[in-house]
Amino acid sequence: MTVTEILFWFLSALAVVSAINVVISKNPVFSVLWLILTFFSISGHYILLNAQFLAVVNIIVYAGAIMVLFLFVIMLMNLNNAETKKNKWLKVAGVIAGGCMLLVMIAALKDADTAQQLAQTKEGNIGLISYLGKALFNEYVVPFEISSVLFLSAMVGAVVIGKKGD
Amino acid sequence: MIKLVYLIPLFPFIGFLLNGLGRRAMSKSLIGIVGSGMVLASFVVSLLIFSEVRQEGFQPQTIHLFPFIQFDSISIPFALQVDQLSALFLLIITGVGFLIHLYSTAYMHEEDASNYGRYFSYLNLFVFFMLLLVLGANYVIMFIGWEGVGLCSYLLIGYWFTNDAYNNAAKKAFIMNRIGDLGFLIAVFWMILQFGSATFTEVFAEAPEASTAALTGITLLLFAGATGKSAQIPLYTWLPDAMAGPTPVSALIHAATMVTAGVYMIARSNVLYSLAPISQYVVAIAGLATAILAATIALKQNDIKKVLAYSTVSQLGYMFLGLGVGAYVGAVFHVMTHAFFKALLFLGAGSVIHAMHHEQDIRKMGGLKKRLPITHITFLLACLAIAGIPPFSGFFSKDEILIAAYAHNPVLYWIGLGGALLTAFYMFRLYAMTFLGSFRGTAEQEHHVHESPAAMTIPLVILAVLSVVGGFVGLPDIFNEKLGTHHYLDHFLSPVMQGADGTAHTVDHSTEYILLAVSVLAIGITCIVAANMYRRYRYSETAPAGIGRAMENKWYVDELYDAIIVRPLKWLAWFFNSVIEKLGIDALVNGVGRAVQYSGRQLRLLQSGQVGTYVLLMVVSLVIFFIIEFFIRK
Amino acid sequence: MPINYYIFLSIALFCIGVVGVLTRRNAIIIFMCIELMLNAVNLMLVAFSKMHHVNQAATNATAGIDGQLFVFFIMVVAAAEVSVGLAIIVMMYRNVHSVDVNFLNRLKH
Repeated sequence: MTVTEILFWFLSALAVVSAINVVISKNPVFSVLWLILTFFSISGHYILLNAQFLAVVNIIVYAGAIMVLFLFVIMLMNLNNAETKKNKWLKVAGVIAGGCMLLVMIAALKDADTAQQLAQTKEGNIGLISYLGKALFNEYVVPFEISSVLFLSAMVGAVVIGKKGD
Repeated sequence: MIKLVYLIPLFPFIGFLLNGLGRRAMSKSLIGIVGSGMVLASFVVSLLIFSEVRQEGFQPQTIHLFPFIQFDSISIPFALQVDQLSALFLLIITGVGFLIHLYSTAYMHEEDASNYGRYFSYLNLFVFFMLLLVLGANYVIMFIGWEGVGLCSYLLIGYWFTNDAYNNAAKKAFIMNRIGDLGFLIAVFWMILQFGSATFTEVFAEAPEASTAALTGITLLLFAGATGKSAQIPLYTWLPDAMAGPTPVSALIHAATMVTAGVYMIARSNVLYSLAPISQYVVAIAGLATAILAATIALKQNDIKKVLAYSTVSQLGYMFLGLGVGAYVGAVFHVMTHAFFKALLFLGAGSVIHAMHHEQDIRKMGGLKKRLPITHITFLLACLAIAGIPPFSGFFSKDEILIAAYAHNPVLYWIGLGGALLTAFYMFRLYAMTFLGSFRGTAEQEHHVHESPAAMTIPLVILAVLSVVGGFVGLPDIFNEKLGTHHYLDHFLSPVMQGADGTAHTVDHSTEYILLAVSVLAIGITCIVAANMYRRYRYSETAPAGIGRAMENKWYVDELYDAIIVRPLKWLAWFFNSVIEKLGIDALVNGVGRAVQYSGRQLRLLQSGQVGTYVLLMVVSLVIFFIIEFFIRK
Repeated sequence: MPINYYIFLSIALFCIGVVGVLTRRNAIIIFMCIELMLNAVNLMLVAFSKMHHVNQAATNATAGIDGQLFVFFIMVVAAAEVSVGLAIIVMMYRNVHSVDVNFLNRLKH
């Protein structure tokens, strides 16, 4: 086993375990922390695939900004640990449905034609920021600008919603 | 003129429409004029046609109106047949019908205009259907008339529809008629199957080639229809109950015309019956049995109309006896004379009832001889005619039947003669209790007793004249040789009665003389005995015992029918209603409704408003789509 | 690595996110599971972009870069969505004093 493969499996296991713990944790703060760990492991995958820019952006934006925001809100709520009792059957049904989906998707895709093609690891220029930047500001400049408008509207929306009604 | 034969049924139909639709707007006299006038117009046209038919060498003509039913190779046109038999019946129906219409204008004058118009419209409709019956050129048109007269009988018996008992009587008449009609209908179907047509001329032409079994079946089924319509055993019990209708209705429908439809039908089908001797035998026996049974019941009845009703049943039995022994002309002759004197009897009874202010029990009458002179004389003449005293019409017609019966089988003659004696007895009992002796009614009634108005007495007189002289068209041969005449009716009807040649028997003249003398003597003695017995009748409450009670209670035949037929049918209906309808069909239908409601209730829970449930459903459906897309649709 | 492995990993993360959405009643946790699902998709996109790069490196030097740009934009949108969504949740908390989604059954009426 090459180092790449060991890393790959380790990061995958970490991601899956963290994700499961996100769902299972009773305490919402713990869920947030596990989710941060998940993001870190996914960023590790990005680095493995040499998508450096995205790895860093993932950490900064997701784990850094978004999850902190979540923490703020959770602490604002001052939630108690235990949730009120949920209908057990619905939980079972949910798990089963999700499990079915997993099984079906895996079964559907395991025989796909492109299955054995390789995703390039450790190499490749396209993950580098210079190339990404060039593509972003040449072909995709319009979506880029519009995304700024999107942020503006999200900010306005958040402020409007959050105002105490008067 | 024969081309215009369709006018004959058309006039009464127009009268029916006018009176039926316009009765609220018309005055009573106008209604009466329209109703009677239409029948009079038909009578005039019938006379003109009759004069044409009378000529020597007249061939039956078929007037084709329009194609009625056509499929495959079977064609049943709406056609009318004009020949001697139908011309004769036309005269009887329209003539007697007109007199009864005239009588009704006075008899029914107590009704208000709307009901008065209803009465006349029904009466006109009845005449229309009866004319259609006798004019039809095939069995299907005859059946239309057959059904129609049954319907009108129902409408008219239940004329005073607010009375439940009358309604039940009307229903009874209609239902018993329908039972017979089933036989008629099956016979028509068989006929079409066998001969490919229902038209008289075609059926009679092909009849000799058909098997005897088929002919016997068809004729027996036709006779079954006749038992219903003409009140023979076993379907006769409706006729006495039909007396619930107004008296002119009883006169027209249940004496002179509708009940003779069966006789007409068998006379028309004489070719078929002559080829099926078994059926003829059945007809004769049934007729004779009915005649005797009805006569015994009439002996003990105390309602004037009931006596006449049973008398009608009895006389119809004689007509069927005549048909059964092959004396078709004799039977038709008796139809004619019976129409005269029975209508007269009923109208006279109506006059009495009118004078006695709706009293119908003869035990409470008596001594009306001086108070109702015209009614009395005409009634007496009718009684003499029906009893069979010469030279009145009933004598000739009844004796023609009895002589033919003797030729067939002497036993039939002797039993028939016994029935004739019973007839004489109960008729003169009726006469004596009604008109002779002293008045047994209340003082109130005695005060109001008066002769009826002219509109009622003129028909009585005309019918009385016909009852007296009507017999002379059918003198038996023993007189014809002396007088140089011949049997006009026989001669007139012979082209239609081809079947009669084979089966009518004759007796030699000496025997005929003896038989005639015997019958006249016996009947005469019976009349006098009966009149004497009852002229001094005192009203008594003692109920008759033994056989008398059985006779008074109609031999409990109605009760028998009730137990055997009506109760099981009611039980069956109850069973179907409670078990099959309520538990089966209702449960099923209601169950469907309940199931829908239940599933709706359950499905409503799906819309809980919980977003979580919705998402679950989304995921589930996504999974299902995946499965379908990737695995099932390879 | 064969692309299959990345596909399976993504599917696993995605389905865990789905189970989380269906199972939990806390609105914030549900939101977090949605972010998890988005990240699974991101991972998949990046893996495929690398696969394309390998396949078409000869013809096009920057083949497959679109995948990673798409991920970039997904992150942009996710950030905006989170801010608005959390604002709504805060609003809801202010009204109902709970973040239990079972109280949100207004669709029933």
